[in-house]
Amino acid sequence: MARKEQAYDDIPGTYVFDAERSREGYGINMFCMSLMKEDNRKAFKANDAEYLKKFKLTPDQTEAILKRDYNRMLELGGNIYFTAKLGATDGHSFQHLAAVMTGNTQDDYAKMMLGGGRSIEGNRSRSGKTAPSKFIAGTAAAKKSAAAQPKAKAKPKSNKPKSKFKSAKRK
Amino acid sequence: MARIVAGIGSSHVPAIGAAIDNGKTEEPYWKRVFSGFEKSQEWMRKTKPDVAIIVYNDHASAFSVDLIPTFALGCAAEFPPADEGWGSRPVPVVQGHPALASHIAQSVILDEFDLTICNKMEVDHGMTVPMNLLFGKVDKNSHWPCPVIPLAVNVVMYPPPTGHRCFMLGKAIRKAVESYPEDLKVVIFGTGGLSHQISGPRAGLINSKWDKAFLDNLSKDPQKLVKIPHVDYMREAGAEGIEMVMWLVMRGALDDKVDEVYRFYTVPASNTAVGHIILANRPRAARHRAGAHKAGKRPTARKTKTPTKRAAARAKAVVIRGR
Repeated sequence: MARKEQAYDDIPGTYVFDAERSREGYGINMFCMSLMKEDNRKAFKANDAEYLKKFKLTPDQTEAILKRDYNRMLELGGNIYFTAKLGATDGHSFQHLAAVMTGNTQDDYAKMMLGGGRSIEGNRSRSGKTAPSKFIAGTAAAKKSAAAQPKAKAKPKSNKPKSKFKSAKRK
Repeated sequence: MARIVAGIGSSHVPAIGAAIDNGKTEEPYWKRVFSGFEKSQEWMRKTKPDVAIIVYNDHASAFSVDLIPTFALGCAAEFPPADEGWGSRPVPVVQGHPALASHIAQSVILDEFDLTICNKMEVDHGMTVPMNLLFGKVDKNSHWPCPVIPLAVNVVMYPPPTGHRCFMLGKAIRKAVESYPEDLKVVIFGTGGLSHQISGPRAGLINSKWDKAFLDNLSKDPQKLVKIPHVDYMREAGAEGIEMVMWLVMRGALDDKVDEVYRFYTVPASNTAVGHIILANRPRAARHRAGAHKAGKRPTARKTKTPTKRAAARAKAVVIRGR
């Protein structure tokens, strides 16, 4: 059965680990969990394909693990806190994994983080239509940025916090 | 009567723990982070809580995907630090407060919060990193300055509890604490966040505007925060930024109006925006609840605000930015 479309699927570059992925990815995550034990790490390193047979994995999941395709693992139900254990078993730092998932070199990724991280602007929505959260609007920080757009000028914030919130888009 | 005197919000980035454990706190990158907690440690030494309730999440350490409790309260006498794949952190075993913890469990479950009870549980960086940030480095063979009641919240699998649910649980915890007969000074931590995403092609996301708005409202207008839908957290603050709902348990356990004692924010630590805040209940409210007003001793606001508190309030909002 095809995955049901969720509001958060509109968030770009993100695989939300929801209950459905948790169910589908049980094998991936429990395999990763097994790597907390030194004996298992040794067995996995000695013959990874053989080791994976101990877990209930689909062929796609097995392939993603063997190829160390971290984004594909997330898509197939892996969770980052679990897949990070695979990265650690391979001797990689977390930053290395982050760089791999974002398609950057580790150096470029590190520079991006030191420069304040990836900007939210341009990274909110796949459809490109979503304005900043209404939660951000109506605060001093947002007012500054909205000052250039007269229509966004908010009334003094004190009176109507609730009604402002109700107008937040809920998809 | 036990009472909650203050709430502390703090990130729990694992790399902060690694920096402490590997003696890197004086390196410029880490000094920028740790210097933001010096005043907090001083505040904590002065406050001398009898118990800390720490709201945090487990990161595939104590809980795998075999069991995913939404709220799990630690009622054990002690909580060993978990081996997260590199050996346990060299920190002392965390002492619990089983009597208060089971009292809280009993009270909040009857208030319709269906907690999971943990009589045996290991705790990971989600809890021990904020403890280090607020209590300082503690030798493995020594002991933490006070017992701790861990409250683990599922924020790993979607959906976590809503912000509103977290806030209301905070209120129920406060009620439970205040019905505990022993005279205990309690602080409550909300941990995790602030904005960060560590998974997928969008990893590295930081949204400082969101973080600032969150801290502002946490302090002055928490009702604005309790209705934020999960999708907004994930979109604006990153898939893993949804941890911020845990701060609302802490906020719910405090008075509606609080004093912001201190705030710190810096980007980045590893992949994460580090946020920290200390919110104190006003002494007058505490006395009011204790029944002082009934005895005709209703204090004025001026009298109860101690000079040190006001000085602390003036010194708030120390914001240091990353390079």
